Amino acid sequence: MAKIYMIIAGMAIVTYLPRMLPMVVLNRFELPPLLVRWLRLIPPAVLAALTAQSIFVRNTGVVFSWRNIYLLAALPCFLVALKSRSLMWTVATGLISVIILNQFKPLLF
Amino acid sequence: MRRQDLTYGLGKAVPIVLGYIPIGFAFGVLAHEAGLSIGEILAMSVLVFAGSSQFIAVAMLQAGAGIGSIVATAFIVNLRQLLFSASITPYLKGYSAPKLALLSYELTDESFAVAMGEFANDKQNNQFLWGLFPPCHAAWALSTVLGALVGNLIPDPGAFGLDYALTAMFICLLIFQVKDRVALLTALVAAAAGIGIYLLLPGRWNIIIATILAATVGVGAEKWLKST
Repeated sequence: MAKIYMIIAGMAIVTYLPRMLPMVVLNRFELPPLLVRWLRLIPPAVLAALTAQSIFVRNTGVVFSWRNIYLLAALPCFLVALKSRSLMWTVATGLISVIILNQFKPLLF
Repeated sequence: MRRQDLTYGLGKAVPIVLGYIPIGFAFGVLAHEAGLSIGEILAMSVLVFAGSSQFIAVAMLQAGAGIGSIVATAFIVNLRQLLFSASITPYLKGYSAPKLALLSYELTDESFAVAMGEFANDKQNNQFLWGLFPPCHAAWALSTVLGALVGNLIPDPGAFGLDYALTAMFICLLIFQVKDRVALLTALVAAAAGIGIYLLLPGRWNIIIATILAATVGVGAEKWLKST
């Protein structure tokens, strides 16, 4: 069986359980406040870990350098995301930044 | 289930559907670029139906992650649904267990937010959810397939900077999530730990370990900030 279908099946189960269990099983159960606070911090944590990985980890390994085009392109993305709070504008900024930086790569480095 | 409830719910689904289409489209393009077939993309969108987990799975697949770490990360990322599911339950009086099991399959961040907004006005009517939830699921699945079909036509996505779309998207979603000092601290810890663990440990478990570690540090910091 293909790896991708095992991933899909696994993901389907683990994403369904947290949706279903409180509704069906824990009908009159309140989540402990400490767990609620922890769960609220999961989205910023996972997104920060993913953002850092997709900026710094290249095929060649971890690249901490201003020569890293993905790092340079991240700066305008952060600014546009903060100002516009729009997914579309941030993605557009990222794509345009990478295209421009790739064009100027021979001049820069 | 009355027809007017379905129509009412459908009307409330429109803004969510419009929001899902571009994101689903982007997912389709990226997943296709990562090597998933159109059938696999459709299967994932129908069976998993969790936008952020799907994007993360594609990013991890591209980074060479294995089945275990991808599924475990999806689990941690979707744990927040426990919160939504638990808070919507008091409004679902009259639903049988099998109906709840079916309805809960359709729960997302966005449809939860809209449903709770409705319950703030009218606590009694809960049948409109059958009109609200399924169109969101359908819109998500169809827009990811559309993205995959268009992605099929783009020969070299890298030339259009498309390989950076996922990174830019993560940046924007991260900005949305950093609402206070504790979230900012959590994000910084997660970013540093994610890279550090990547360098130290094999097997691409860095995202999930960094997430758990940072959220725990964040809860601790929150307690400490409150006590001082």
